[in-house]
Amino acid sequence: MTLAAEGATSAATGEPLVVLDHVDKWFGDLHVLRDINLTVNRGEVVVVIGPSGSGKSTLCRAINRLETIDKGSISLDGEPLPQEGKELANLRAEVGMVFQSFNLFAHKTILENVTLGPIKVRKQDKAQAETEARALLDRVGVGHQAAKYPAQLSGGQQQRVAIARALAMHPKVMLFDEPTSALDPEMISEVLDVMVDLAKGGMTMIVVTHEMGFARTAADRVVFMADGAVAEENTPDEFFTNPRSDRAKDFLGKILRH
Amino acid sequence: MNAVLDDLDAYLQAFGYTLALFVISGLLSLVLGTVLVAMRVGPVAVLRAAATTYVTTVRNTPLVIVFAFFAFFAPIINIRFTWLDVHIGRFDFTELFGAAVASLSLYTCTFVCEALRAGVNAVPLGQAEAARAIGLPFGGVMTNVVLPQAFRAALPPLASVQIALIKNTSVAAVFGVAEAVAQMRTFTNSFASQRLGIFIAFAIGYIVLVEVVSFAAARAERRWRIA
Ligand SMILES: Nc1ncnc2c1ncn2[C@@H]1O[C@H](COP(=O)(O)OP(=O)(O)OP(=O)(O)O)[C@@H](O)[C@H]1O
Ligand SMILES: [Mg+2]
Repeated sequence: MTLAAEGATSAATGEPLVVLDHVDKWFGDLHVLRDINLTVNRGEVVVVIGPSGSGKSTLCRAINRLETIDKGSISLDGEPLPQEGKELANLRAEVGMVFQSFNLFAHKTILENVTLGPIKVRKQDKAQAETEARALLDRVGVGHQAAKYPAQLSGGQQQRVAIARALAMHPKVMLFDEPTSALDPEMISEVLDVMVDLAKGGMTMIVVTHEMGFARTAADRVVFMADGAVAEENTPDEFFTNPRSDRAKDFLGKILRH
Repeated sequence: MNAVLDDLDAYLQAFGYTLALFVISGLLSLVLGTVLVAMRVGPVAVLRAAATTYVTTVRNTPLVIVFAFFAFFAPIINIRFTWLDVHIGRFDFTELFGAAVASLSLYTCTFVCEALRAGVNAVPLGQAEAARAIGLPFGGVMTNVVLPQAFRAALPPLASVQIALIKNTSVAAVFGVAEAVAQMRTFTNSFASQRLGIFIAFAIGYIVLVEVVSFAAARAERRWRIA
């Protein structure tokens, strides 16, 4: 099983793809994102880790503008995120998003879930979209489920479909917000395997996860968030073996203990 | 009841008008109600306010007053249905019928809107977010993802709204449409001694229509049940 995009390299090319510049966001009085500066290069895999409520989901959602920001700027491939309307919809098509709770369209079959975007947004013709969708479903290992509805699949299968649905748009970057934390333990690895293949194939990925195994095998960098700010950034090995900040030491102590 | 059996033609013709009022107003109310709900949950503040005002106003107005508006006031401000002049077999669809359809659909669509709004609220937020995340604009999110699920969730209240509409078509009698209740009055005026039988005959007619709608709704519910 390989998800390698043609011609992609597994090494980050060093060219900035997603750039967050002095980003601040408040929910009322709550300062959820504090002066975030983060650059993700093309082909890079960044794992975002941090305690609950530290703003990881908000960060992810801000990148495809499911949440607005109050200060600073976010740009994708050199272009600032559009405010609204058609341009915003187009931006979202370039950014794949995988949610913790899968969010497959409940009234559509697995195949229709994957072809909806290509047909309605990319205006591909149906036959071609279906051929591509079937190939993607085969690659994530759920090809034989194409005619079923989401509720008939296991959580792990649904999440792999969700990944295929995002990939069908040929996104420039994929965002994952705790993609395995709603899964039973025995299903986690089937989803992580797909993600590792994607990473090896050169996909640019921002992954919120506490799966250290994934971070160590696939990530180029770990970003540790605490209280809405980036508290530490490092390579996975350095971060997990030698955390510098007290917050990170404390946090790792907690997640490693069990 | 013999009065009705002896003139079954008049009875059936009257229910033909009832059926026509129901089907046309029903479809229009579904379309208008869908537009209203899209406005109410949409991103444009002006449209949201307009739809909310319309729904609260019309929904709280007795249907007879909506009819009175189209019968008496609308012509004054030059809203007329004189352009309507369709004759199919023994059925004539003219000005009065047009005004009745307008009243019924503009009234019923507010209830359709509210039933659908409950349906929209029953669709998990993640569905719309996932739809936005693949790049669908608001209209696409609504038509492809949210509304189809909202319709399913709202099917039982929508059926109730349509059943209420069947019965509300009888108000058109007051304004001269020769539908079932108008014909019932003609019968009872001529055959006063058979009043009870005549009432029963017309009640049966309505029950049949209502049952057909209930049956269709139940079937749709079963077919659309999300696996
Ligand atoms: N829509 C909202 N309105 C108000 N507050 C919110 C909203 N969404 C999130 N928050 C708050 O913002 C903070 C950051 O939330 P966020 O979901 O980004 O954290 P997280 O790091 O993803 O946490 P978790 O690990 O629990 O998913 C939290 O305190 C949360 O309660
Ligand atoms: Mg979160």
